[in-house]
Amino acid sequence: MPAITFIHPDGKSDRIETSGGESAMQAATRHGIDGILAECGGNAMCATCHVYVDESWFARLPAVTDDEDALLDGAAAERLPNSRLSCQINVTPELDGLVLHLPDRQV
Amino acid sequence: MSAPGSAASGVPHLDIDPFDMKFLADPYPAHQQLREAGPVVYLDKWKVYGVARYAEVHAVLNDPVTFCSSRGVGLSDFKKETPWRPPSLILEADPPAHTRTRAVLSKVLSPTAMKQVRDRFAAAAEERVDALIEKRSFDAIADLAEAYPLSIFPDALGLKPEGREHLIPYASVVFNAFGPPNQLRQEAIERSAPHQAYVAEQCQRENLAPGGFGACIHAQVDEGAITPTEAPLLVRSLLSAGLDTTVNGIGAAVYCLARFPDQWQRLRDDLTLARGAFEEAVRFESPVQTFFRTTTREVELSGARIGEGEKVLMFLAAANRDPRRWDSPDSYDITRRTSGHVGFGSGIHMCVGQLVARLEGEVMLTALARRIAKIEITGEPKRRFNNTLRGLDSLPVTITAA
Repeated sequence: MPAITFIHPDGKSDRIETSGGESAMQAATRHGIDGILAECGGNAMCATCHVYVDESWFARLPAVTDDEDALLDGAAAERLPNSRLSCQINVTPELDGLVLHLPDRQV
Repeated sequence: MSAPGSAASGVPHLDIDPFDMKFLADPYPAHQQLREAGPVVYLDKWKVYGVARYAEVHAVLNDPVTFCSSRGVGLSDFKKETPWRPPSLILEADPPAHTRTRAVLSKVLSPTAMKQVRDRFAAAAEERVDALIEKRSFDAIADLAEAYPLSIFPDALGLKPEGREHLIPYASVVFNAFGPPNQLRQEAIERSAPHQAYVAEQCQRENLAPGGFGACIHAQVDEGAITPTEAPLLVRSLLSAGLDTTVNGIGAAVYCLARFPDQWQRLRDDLTLARGAFEEAVRFESPVQTFFRTTTREVELSGARIGEGEKVLMFLAAANRDPRRWDSPDSYDITRRTSGHVGFGSGIHMCVGQLVARLEGEVMLTALARRIAKIEITGEPKRRFNNTLRGLDSLPVTITAA
């Protein structure tokens, strides 16, 4: 199963195993990663699972939808060109090794 | 083919009325009975299927093609009965119609929209706490849980000052009407005419102040997203579901924090826990207890076969305390990871106003915990009975300023 790494604002990192068909948000909440709040539970409504995708990975993710784009404008932390909502990132086998940086706040 | 819910289908039959006064006064023993009886049960009293475990409630919420909303999300089947009011264009609709109207309300109540009202909502919470510190002893429902949302939400919508006293009674009718034809529902509907007239009037474009949520919905007509006849009905959704729900949410949070002083202390020690304390109260008390769906085809759910056109009652509150999903489900823990609770529902119909609710809850609990050292319950809390909503009618408290 693909593994992904979350890097916290203080530089510490957590590498976690995902299970088939899971989103990066679901994997993070299942493993209790601090910094992913996911208030709406993955329904693309709240923008509290915001991540910055590592530069080396950003281009390999499917494009941002209009809904996600609008939600990212409302994220608590600054929106950057590599901002994504982790509930919208399906961890497929090709994303094994994905690196996601956590923002300093989600609300 | 066996009769709905007959013994042959293997679904346990229960003699439980989830809308009688005894159940509503203390639903927890019956919730446990419903969960333990099986993944799917049949309630003979109202001839409906029920799901009370987290997995099945979540599954039904997330399969809107099989478990539809357009035949009503209460007991009444709109295919067989005339609805008591014109159906909601969002709550009581299925895709693709739902997708379009939902997008409009999502936009009006988006995270970006919340950033714009946040300071105003926070300032009003501080003002409310000033007034409460002055009083010292008060009713935490009327003077706090109701007074605070009433001081901001109607203004945020852009409503006229006159007639706002109809808002909470109207919402009470709406949520009673999802229930069966019992006394709560019948009396609510019989008395609803003046409230309905008020609400219909306020939904019109000319009655909504510029810049408010209501005007923003009507502006979507100019964008071509909705028609002029749809806009008032979408405003009605905010009037139906935007006030009484947050009253009960804030009431639940205050009731929890007053009952569990250790959690109140934790919140006082770390004000960043305020948003989590509110969210956990929504899980713990589940202000919206139940909703129905109707099957669009024969379906097998966790081994139970359910025919087409059957009503399925989802016990959101029971799912939120299902030990299969939650550790120590009956404790109120403000540091709990609550993501995934179904207090706001889940899937395409998940509460579109959830961000408004969380914002109100967060700023109110922050203001309370910053300024107040102690909340003591000084009299017997009185319950307010509603077929769908769980909350208190009064909660006498005395506070000590910090």
